[in-house]
Amino acid sequence: MPDEFGYKIEAKVDMAASGTSVPPIDYVPVAERPEQELYHSKSWWTTYVFSQDAKYIGIQYTCVATAIALVGLTLSLLMRIQLAFPNLSLLDASVYYQFITMHGMIMVVFFLTALFLGGFGNLLIPLMCGARDMVFPYVNMLSFWVFVLAVLVLVASFFVPGGPTGAGWTLYPPQAITAGTPGNLWGIVLMLVSLVLFVVGFTMGGLNYVITVLQARTRGMTLMRLPLSIWGIFVATILALLAFPALLVGGIMLLLDAVFGTSFFMPASVSMGELLQTEGGSPILFQHLFWFFGHPEVYIVALPAFGIVSDLISVHARKNIFGYRMMVWALVIIGALSFIVWAHHMYVAGMNPWFGYFFATTTLIIAVPTAIKVYNWVLTLWRGNIHLTVPMLFTLGFIITFLNGGLTGLFLGNVVIDVPLSDTYFVVAHFHMVMGIAPVLVVFGAVYHWFPLVTGRMLDQGLGKLHFWITFVGAYMIYTPMYYQGFLGVPRRYFEMYESSYISTVGLNVFITLSALVVGLAQIIFFYNVIRSVLKGEKAEKNPWKANSLEWQTPKMPPEHGNWGEKLPVVYRWPYDFSVPGVDKEHIPQNVSPSEVAGAKVEKT
Amino acid sequence: MDHVTDKLPKGLSGLTHDLGSDQTAFKKVPWGKAMMWIFLLSDTFIFSCFLISLMTARASTTVEWPNASEVFGLNFFGVEVPLLLIAIMTFVLITSSGTMAIAVKFGYEKKRKLCAWFLLLTAIGGLTFVGMQAFEWTKLIFHEGIRPWSNPFGAAQFGSFFFMVTGFHGTHVSIGVIFLFIMARKTWRGDFDTARRGYFTSMKSNYEAIEIMGLYWHFVDLVWVFIFAFFYLW
Repeated sequence: MPDEFGYKIEAKVDMAASGTSVPPIDYVPVAERPEQELYHSKSWWTTYVFSQDAKYIGIQYTCVATAIALVGLTLSLLMRIQLAFPNLSLLDASVYYQFITMHGMIMVVFFLTALFLGGFGNLLIPLMCGARDMVFPYVNMLSFWVFVLAVLVLVASFFVPGGPTGAGWTLYPPQAITAGTPGNLWGIVLMLVSLVLFVVGFTMGGLNYVITVLQARTRGMTLMRLPLSIWGIFVATILALLAFPALLVGGIMLLLDAVFGTSFFMPASVSMGELLQTEGGSPILFQHLFWFFGHPEVYIVALPAFGIVSDLISVHARKNIFGYRMMVWALVIIGALSFIVWAHHMYVAGMNPWFGYFFATTTLIIAVPTAIKVYNWVLTLWRGNIHLTVPMLFTLGFIITFLNGGLTGLFLGNVVIDVPLSDTYFVVAHFHMVMGIAPVLVVFGAVYHWFPLVTGRMLDQGLGKLHFWITFVGAYMIYTPMYYQGFLGVPRRYFEMYESSYISTVGLNVFITLSALVVGLAQIIFFYNVIRSVLKGEKAEKNPWKANSLEWQTPKMPPEHGNWGEKLPVVYRWPYDFSVPGVDKEHIPQNVSPSEVAGAKVEKT
Repeated sequence: MDHVTDKLPKGLSGLTHDLGSDQTAFKKVPWGKAMMWIFLLSDTFIFSCFLISLMTARASTTVEWPNASEVFGLNFFGVEVPLLLIAIMTFVLITSSGTMAIAVKFGYEKKRKLCAWFLLLTAIGGLTFVGMQAFEWTKLIFHEGIRPWSNPFGAAQFGSFFFMVTGFHGTHVSIGVIFLFIMARKTWRGDFDTARRGYFTSMKSNYEAIEIMGLYWHFVDLVWVFIFAFFYLW
């Protein structure tokens, strides 16, 4: 019956009505809406460049994010060489600050956020929800190209007079726009414009991800049957949609301060011996705005990683995820808490000291849902049939890395311990472990896991293991000494440090740098593996890891445009039915109906 | 299918039922409408950040904050009337919300021409608002000497926030006006009746678009009420 819009809601013909008898245990609610009308590209441009297929957009996002990450990686290696061998004078102070700024912003925003939400979000959400595409493919395409524009503006700042901004990735005013900071004229403006573009582009994509998860699932796919990867990406996208506004507002205000000479964040101050025109602004206000974005940003990166790890661990240990509902609620609670902890980044910023009580308390409470997640991962492994495949190795590496990164976060969350450790290498090691190395290990694990889905070929497992061990052990050789340096009081953001009578870590710096160079170069193994496998890798069989989630159940692998061929899949169970007791099958994909499974009791999932 | 969605439980158990069900979390809500709601939630955070920043600045400036009714007074035939222009602007914008609601109603009823007329009326209301805002800006800049970086009445942040926030809101209104004109044309041409395909998206047009437009427009008006209160009444 047509509704008031003439929007004809046709139910798919119920299987019972079409003559085939359906056992009552196989009942799934009928379709609530007509099938999505697909956009079919007509030219080479709309197929490969301005593609509206979420899978392609996901790959495009992944490639651009990876490309810019290589720039970020190169910057970090150059900085490490400078720190280990200051006598070489490879970088002067200005260039060092510019590199540190660009490295931070690239890695956090343009690499990890774009990769997890734009890359894995686009690739996995429609496939795992059983949709043919995102709900608004055109907007999704725009999202990617605005992101590309943001990246180009960011890269352009390397080539403008004065170079990129050297304000640190936090871009704190007043120093971000006053004379003496590198890139205070052009660099900072391009950085802010790039961030504003990123937010605009992300919002277009993020709305797609949220609505696809909420409103475009297939028959039988309840929220509590979604793979945890989708839950992670979903919650992270909501965080991003609510946290990026603060960045946008802070960015616009700083832009006006820089370009029009307003005083939103500028107090009366003296620069280069001259009194500035500005007065009455509050630098702390920028810090509040920045960290209201900045702290949820940590979880925007971490939650998709949590979700993906949960799926990888379950598939490769052939065991259902322990405490699925608890895992979902932990994601949601972490997401909610992440909005009320931001000022723990500002204990030494000069805000009212009483704030510290509140923010230290909320910060430490986050340890509870996070610990639940770590326990559940470990309990999933317990008595599982663990296959030490490359994705599994990266998963295990993630759990350990996240654990030590998270535990050091407890130190920094306490005001009294944070004050002496603030702005030392302890902080550097902490956040690199928890939101650098840990998510990147997940990215690698996910690439090794889903590579056959995207290309139809397997990555080489031997090279993968080599890549894993060098990356994993190397990361610890880089950051464990940094924890120690932090305890000694070595300050961060110094571009050259020599022997002194009370702190002497030059030898350690050389060790860290050599490790970093080895780890950096080891990534060549990964890229070689990817390129080689794309061209002539071993052909993957269908569903090579014997996973249950829908993305592996497409009629063709790699999935074609529209994903599902003639008929949308119907979902009967959660994606974690591995080694179900009493069932002859080792694993039961989500779209296998109860009557097809001999010996299994029908359970509500 | 109506027999699926009509029998849904109501109230709190309805909420848990819907969230626990398959396919859609919000039953009978079209994708575009759900998307607009989430976008508006995000946009609410943007305006909240602006206004909270304004409150912070006002609480912490070193110079005294200007007196709003003095700044925004309008000389009307030799009589100083405080807030006259802004009262008219607010009235026009709120009225345009009313015409928008009527347009949505006629959209539901598929009264194509009436719907188009009311969309046009709404667009003209929005345009009037933006025009009066431009007049107000000109007056403040050229006659009162208020600049984003300084003003003769007191704290410089007053002008900075005023131009930034009303400018940001004015941009919202202007974008809305452009889309209202496009919508009015599409409605008049009958795109929504013939399900004509969009030029860019090549997706079928649908009367839902008018309601989604309406959500945006009402939001822009609602935000104005807050901006009005914070800048002109406080």
